[in-house]
Amino acid sequence: MTVMTYREALNQVLHTEMARAPDIFVCGEDISGGAGGTSGEREASGGIFGVTAGLLPRFGADRVIDTPISENTIVGMAAGASLAGKRGIAEIMFADFITLALDQMMNQAAKFRYMSGGKATCPLVIRVPYGAGMNMGAQHSQSMYNIVTSVPGLKTVIPTNAADAKGLLTTAIRDDDPVVFFEHKAMYGRKYEVPDGEYLIPFGQASLLCEGDDATIIAMGRMVLFAQKSVAVLKEEGIDCDLIDLRTTSPMDEDTILDSVEKTGRVIVVDECTPRCSLASDIAGFIASHGFSSLKAPVGQVTSPHAPVPFARELERAFVPNPVSIAAAVRKVVSYQ
Amino acid sequence: MRLQQSKEQLLDAYRQMKTIREFEERLHREIMTGEIAGFTHLYSGQEAVAVGVCQHLDSEDLIVSTHRGHGHCIAKGCDVIDMMAEIYGRQTGLGKGKGGSMHIADFDKGMLGANGVVGAGGPLAVGAALSAKLDGRGRVGICFAGEGSINQGAVFEAMNMAKVINAPAVFAIEINGYSEHTGASYSVGGIDIANRTAGFGLKTVETDGCDYHAVYDAMAELLDHARAGNGPCAAVFRTTRFFGHFEGDPQKYRARDEVKQHRLERDCLKTFRARVVPVCGISETELDAIDADVLALIDAAVDRARAAPATPIEEMEADVYVSYQQDQP
Repeated sequence: MTVMTYREALNQVLHTEMARAPDIFVCGEDISGGAGGTSGEREASGGIFGVTAGLLPRFGADRVIDTPISENTIVGMAAGASLAGKRGIAEIMFADFITLALDQMMNQAAKFRYMSGGKATCPLVIRVPYGAGMNMGAQHSQSMYNIVTSVPGLKTVIPTNAADAKGLLTTAIRDDDPVVFFEHKAMYGRKYEVPDGEYLIPFGQASLLCEGDDATIIAMGRMVLFAQKSVAVLKEEGIDCDLIDLRTTSPMDEDTILDSVEKTGRVIVVDECTPRCSLASDIAGFIASHGFSSLKAPVGQVTSPHAPVPFARELERAFVPNPVSIAAAVRKVVSYQ
Repeated sequence: MRLQQSKEQLLDAYRQMKTIREFEERLHREIMTGEIAGFTHLYSGQEAVAVGVCQHLDSEDLIVSTHRGHGHCIAKGCDVIDMMAEIYGRQTGLGKGKGGSMHIADFDKGMLGANGVVGAGGPLAVGAALSAKLDGRGRVGICFAGEGSINQGAVFEAMNMAKVINAPAVFAIEINGYSEHTGASYSVGGIDIANRTAGFGLKTVETDGCDYHAVYDAMAELLDHARAGNGPCAAVFRTTRFFGHFEGDPQKYRARDEVKQHRLERDCLKTFRARVVPVCGISETELDAIDADVLALIDAAVDRARAAPATPIEEMEADVYVSYQQDQP
């Protein structure tokens, strides 16, 4: 084990995989940064979150491509090259900007294999920093993974810690389908123990972070960190919870969800998305359809409100689910008669 | 000065153009029977472009096509029998009937797919060209486009990106006079498309797209440039569309005799015949024999598509992913 940040874990995977497989390239805005600037400094930023640092000097500008601000073509170019024998890793600087690339994501990459009757493969990874909490305002703070999860043909990955980031990004790069990889912006600097050497986590396998018989908390991404805090508080009150970190929302580990629901009968889904057509509503619907007989209370949903992400600190803090609101939702479900 | 082409090559080009023409003319008739579902966009009139471009390519070169893609598919070597089955939505189709007319692809032939989204092929073709560039074997990525896609932001992004990364991409832009049902004189601001592509720094040639030899010669120059690593190019081909935007389009936006006039004066097959017989050592009889072959092939394609089995329902959820670990409760 080595202690490293979420950012370092992702960066290490990009270095390791690009060294392993010469057919991998990365592209995106400012991913090395500095091309065409007056200082001549070519590796000026390594991506605005530093995830792609050091790739350009090591692998060269043919495989580490700083692009114009053209999201649709960043994804489309990576998809086209991935159809033609390469493995593209595209970075969209903020998840909010996938709207500019949705044609290439939803209408193109997601559908090549199906429309060709199974002949095409498009081993593409789209990395997207997401989430609220940094006062970046309504167009740089959204979660967006609910939209991607709904698309047949795309896989959706949301790692919660540096170890999972390593295991899941390695799997994503080696996967033969298009994968959208969500990295929460507030998690880049957090440190974790990370397994050394080659480490892969299969998609569709949730992680059961703690066990308890009173309630099931299902969460993904940064919400898992908040739920962990809630679980500790609730434990002191005598409420023991299963905490399920989904890790991938497409495919989704339905067995782990249903097994836990069968045991506890009381469920809370915590999701940073806004409530309509969210992961929370999707999973609540799934449990209602497939685990109804186990339920002892309505499925609780903790989401952001149906509003754009506000800028002001006080408002944004109140906008995102937090350990207090999660704990309150758990108490409500546990006390339901 | 025209580039020298062998008699065999000219006969092959004629066969390709004739195959596209008869494929489309037959579809036009079969669609009226109601047997073929959905939208079909026919390529008749534009054959010289697809064939003039693809005569320079082999299966290692990659093309990305449009919703009017049958001609590009045939010119790039897709099997006509399998294409027809796809258009009929049969199990034996190139995409097992799951793609349809607008989504024919054959990756073994370097045909990365027709496309239902106007302009979406631009970024994909640049990706194909990037793959070619990384391999360093002189391959190219070709983006077929029309005056519809030339107004799409995706194509502007793609042309810029191709230039920025110096990709061996060639934009083959077919100006058939219309973007869907709207005239180019209305929808293309400034109208000078070659000026636009040149504005992105693409080496640009504009020529008559109803003249196979003109297309062939223009592409020879551009492909030399792109294959040598000198960057992306664009060819603007003035051509014409013998049918509507899609089959069933009443074409009220076109003057009554417009298509008749085009068929009389701008038919690339007639132009080709007039040029190669007899100066290239080709006789009318040889071309007539090709015509007969092609008609028999198209007959067989329709017969086999009709007789082919429907795609089984089990196929509905297959081929969404290469692998997907999820139980269905």
